[in-house]
Amino acid sequence: MEAEGAIAGIENIEQRISKMQGEMQGINARLEAAVKLADGSAYPTASAAKPAAAKKVQEPRTKETAMSAEVVDSNPYSRLMALQRMGIVSNYQAIRQKRVAIVGIGGVGSVAAEMLTRCGIGSLLLFDYDKVELANMNRLFFRPEQSGMTKTAAATETLININPDVELEGHTLNITTLNGFDEFKRILSDDTDKSRVDLVLSCVDNYEARMTINQVCLELNQTWLESGVSEDAVSGHIQLLQPGITACFACVPPLVVASGIDERTLKREGVCAASLPTTMGIIAGLLVQHALKLLLKFGEVTPYVGYSSLKDFFPTMSLKPNESCSNGLCCKLQSSQPTSELATTNPAADVDESSPFHEDNEWGIEVAPEAEAASSPALGEQALPEGLSYSLPVQQPAQSEVAPDAEEHMDNTEPSLEDLMQQLETASSSNKGDSKAH
Amino acid sequence: MAESWDSGTKEAVKQIPLLTSIAGPRDKQEWQEKRLKQELQSLIKYIQLNKQTDSDWFTITSNKDGTHWSGKCWGGKICLTVHFKPLWAKNSPHFGIAHALCLGLAPWLAAEIPYMIGEGAIKVKS
Repeated sequence: MEAEGAIAGIENIEQRISKMQGEMQGINARLEAAVKLADGSAYPTASAAKPAAAKKVQEPRTKETAMSAEVVDSNPYSRLMALQRMGIVSNYQAIRQKRVAIVGIGGVGSVAAEMLTRCGIGSLLLFDYDKVELANMNRLFFRPEQSGMTKTAAATETLININPDVELEGHTLNITTLNGFDEFKRILSDDTDKSRVDLVLSCVDNYEARMTINQVCLELNQTWLESGVSEDAVSGHIQLLQPGITACFACVPPLVVASGIDERTLKREGVCAASLPTTMGIIAGLLVQHALKLLLKFGEVTPYVGYSSLKDFFPTMSLKPNESCSNGLCCKLQSSQPTSELATTNPAADVDESSPFHEDNEWGIEVAPEAEAASSPALGEQALPEGLSYSLPVQQPAQSEVAPDAEEHMDNTEPSLEDLMQQLETASSSNKGDSKAH
Repeated sequence: MAESWDSGTKEAVKQIPLLTSIAGPRDKQEWQEKRLKQELQSLIKYIQLNKQTDSDWFTITSNKDGTHWSGKCWGGKICLTVHFKPLWAKNSPHFGIAHALCLGLAPWLAAEIPYMIGEGAIKVKS
């Protein structure tokens, strides 16, 4: 018991350390900004980049305690507070109490972070494992002299100068690794294991990272917004994911799996994705507009907005959750939702199906029962036309129910996990593979 | 499907028991009680089959939670994303680690090792 207590204590301390490290990045950026101010130069690092003709540089402003609506040139919030007077937002200052996590500080994430910073968001948690490279310079936000810095450090450095009122946490972390996953969830959680953020923005560029965010947000019952830009740089999308209410990311398989495109054609050595600052900026703008609408409760939040730049086409739709989603947690959250909430996401929900389409039936037309369909053979070799066979083994769906004792069928009851691990170890240790290589 | 296997590999994969549980490590209970057990059972069966045909070519064990797998194969390693992922994605949940080894790593080794020896990149230990 004592050892367990000690371990729990250590884990607790580790959690605090990782949270504090993130906060430290923010404080460091703040400190550096102050030092530069004292040096009389607001330019970052490389002194060679300083222009020879020493222009008078505007000093970074001091922190503001509250958002003023006063219309003066020196008020950074006058244009935002004007949203209230225009009747768009009822309480703009509420943004000071909002905390947003941005995962992936690339072409979309960095711009989204800058937008939220300029809007005076309460606090931002930035996640990325990568460093700034010259290859990123065709997109917005990062500057060439920041090459080699971690994206989180470079971003906090810039953002703290733009708006010192924003609390910034930078977490240099790969969320798709085994430990990264746990740490990511820990950083998003408060002391009671509930989410401590109001919104998560996914600005990542791969499927694994999206599935990771999906899993963590399902576990924390946390609403998130997904964004993406196509590899050919000319289209993109944003999507609202509310656990149990809208489709989760596992509800619908991604295009590469669904359409049978070979993934090897998408990722090859020496071939990289195209990107444009325009498309990235548009998607970041759509994403943050959605975030503001959600956080400040104005306008309509469309569950899915697509953008196809070649045709200037913006398809919108709502995505209902998949009742047989492969993620069990998603199914559980769906069943815990009141039905009325689900109905609002379905535009066809108000169609009255109880009344007949035709009142009379002059010609006596009726629908024949689907008896044949019900008796058709189950999936398996028999179901295929002559001359065709499956290239890989397929599960016979009836088999598991009819013949649970079949020899090749998995038996879940008998051996314990420990027994099986021991068996595998024994089988592996008497392996001859090693000797063959000699 | 773009990839194709030789008849031996196809025969081998047919003998590995298919899995039924779709649980992952985050579904703590079902993972421990079902999927992980099924993974282990299919791996044990596959190793047994390999031993019977005198082609015992890999060892594999996992940590207690079944979240980290390591082992040795007859030479080389394979990238998870390009070679294994499409196999898993298209055959979820019935294919497990054993099927991926059989359809991914085994044919890759069979093709690459002779080539690497031919190029002088690796040498046979005598």
